[in-house]
Amino acid sequence: MSQGTDHLDLDNLDVGTKEKTFLDSTELVLNMGPQHPSTHGVLRVILKLDGEKVLGTECVIGYLHRGVEKIGENRTYAMFNPYVDRMDYVAAVSNGLGYCETVEKLLSVEAPARAQYIRVIMTELCRIASHQVWLGTHALDIGALTPLFYAFRDREEILKIFERYCGARLTTHAFRIGGCIYETYDGFEQDVKKYCTFFLPKLDEYEELLTTNRIWVTRTKNVGILKPEDCIALGVTGPVLRASGVKWDLRKAQPYECYKDLDFEIPTGLNGDTYDRYLVRIAEMRQSVRILQQAVERIPPGPIMAKVPKVIKPPVGEVYHSIEAPKGELGYFIVSDGSTQPYRVRVRPPSFVNLQALDTMVRGMLVADVVAVIGTLDIVLGEVDR
Amino acid sequence: MPDEIKGPEPVSPPAQGGKPREATPAPEKSEAKPVSHHTVGPEAKTPTATASTTSPEGKSAEALKSAAPATPAAAGVAAKPAAPAGVAAKPTVPPKPEGPRPEPWESELVKTLKQEYGSGIVEAVGYVGQKYMIVDCSIVTDILRRMHDDEGFDYCVDITAVHYPKREQQFDIVYVLYSFSKNERIRVKTRIKDGDRLPSAYPIWPTADWLEREVFDMFGIVFDGHPGLKRILLPEGWHGHPLRKDYDILQQDREWVKINLGIESGQ
Repeated sequence: MSQGTDHLDLDNLDVGTKEKTFLDSTELVLNMGPQHPSTHGVLRVILKLDGEKVLGTECVIGYLHRGVEKIGENRTYAMFNPYVDRMDYVAAVSNGLGYCETVEKLLSVEAPARAQYIRVIMTELCRIASHQVWLGTHALDIGALTPLFYAFRDREEILKIFERYCGARLTTHAFRIGGCIYETYDGFEQDVKKYCTFFLPKLDEYEELLTTNRIWVTRTKNVGILKPEDCIALGVTGPVLRASGVKWDLRKAQPYECYKDLDFEIPTGLNGDTYDRYLVRIAEMRQSVRILQQAVERIPPGPIMAKVPKVIKPPVGEVYHSIEAPKGELGYFIVSDGSTQPYRVRVRPPSFVNLQALDTMVRGMLVADVVAVIGTLDIVLGEVDR
Repeated sequence: MPDEIKGPEPVSPPAQGGKPREATPAPEKSEAKPVSHHTVGPEAKTPTATASTTSPEGKSAEALKSAAPATPAAAGVAAKPAAPAGVAAKPTVPPKPEGPRPEPWESELVKTLKQEYGSGIVEAVGYVGQKYMIVDCSIVTDILRRMHDDEGFDYCVDITAVHYPKREQQFDIVYVLYSFSKNERIRVKTRIKDGDRLPSAYPIWPTADWLEREVFDMFGIVFDGHPGLKRILLPEGWHGHPLRKDYDILQQDREWVKINLGIESGQ
């Protein structure tokens, strides 16, 4: 990584000699963000440039730090549940699922079958919604305006299902420790089925707009290439890892909930460039629809809540559990001291770890590609900073 | 790996899923026994077991009724008086059978490591199906290097710390490792004193860069050999390390209000 702006000693700059002045130097340090529209929030990137070429970057993060982990230590297990929704706020359902499952593991309970199916349906809807936000904003960054409107229009229908299910659209707090608190509303299954049939042609529409679009292809092909070995070394997960050709998805590798009963594939890419990551996420949305269609058909009757004590007091111990969130491996490490509050909650955020790869991906590329790469990493600053 | 997911099953049979329901009749039996002895005393001793299991039968229902008020006295805990025997008896039972217990983690890997490092491997434990080992801080880099190079743990999932202010070695540093080839996740833990330094894992896994910076930011643990150890989430001039247990959030708030607003904080 570069040294940031420190090495530019502007006060002692020798302006007398022309070669040494700032403007004549070949290296230029450019500050991008934190209030830059294409940084998807409050990310600040310091770029070291040679003309248009990027020599190195440094990310400055933490502008949205709220101390989620400290909050967790000062709340009971149930009270902390809504807080996790505020991390990755475009995929709030996934955050809640990961947290609930981890506490369930500590308590050694398992959600009933019906609750597992409801959870999977909600999470997969959430995955689609998250990918739609990614697609819209990523395309907008690169200069395509229409996909944003298309994606947000179709995401609205998912948010409506969320709203009917649990009353909230964004920070849903849909699940509780031990299962779900809300039974499905009348017509939930029909709504999900309707969405699946509605969404597949829309997905083709997105692809029509972009997949063979000449501008899109030139802006994304061979941009921000990440080799599989770099991905693993940098701890990158999720669609970014899969686009580099590593067929790894926690839903398959270490299945949780009822994913082992559902039939779906893990789409992978070949080159690990921005275009492949686009294709992988589009394919993932198709797989999510497939999961939804199966889950809705098979959703069993029965209770939706396991037997969980009113006061949650897990036995002394520690657990690390992770799920495949839309952005990658979302892990929770919870240490219990046997009291009603967690002794330590650690969140392993996929966005935070994935963002680390930015420097590797943009070195030697152009400034405009930085924008494309930030978009393709699909970061949410709420999760990066917590 | 199903091992990781199924977790508690091998550790503690009564804890998983629907099994608590089977576990609850057991106390009911023990609770009902003295009562049924009491009421059906003169009868033969053998039917007591059958009577307690077939609860909807007249006599045992009576026994249940009489058992319900009897339990709070017996339990001594704040049990609800109106609740049926099974529920009322519940608070008294959980402590002994419930809760998975840590059990030793035995494998070839642990065996060879123990042979090689002796007491350097403090503990190797499995808990709810998850394995972790506690190693001495002097050999942690060797272990991590070995895990990466020889054992195929090529993906460092997470590095974090836990603060135990009352312990002499105040900090637990936790490395969560994953092996793509084995589909296995383990944790390597080490304990260090406040002020001690730890060699950086950056040369082994570049992902340790930001993860260690975060641990430094939140706990103040210094990693030697890190390429640029500085705060990551908090601003440069921040005082203290928030995830330490002695970092009082209310105190911080009062201080800030006093310095910046010049008034007493109402907190």
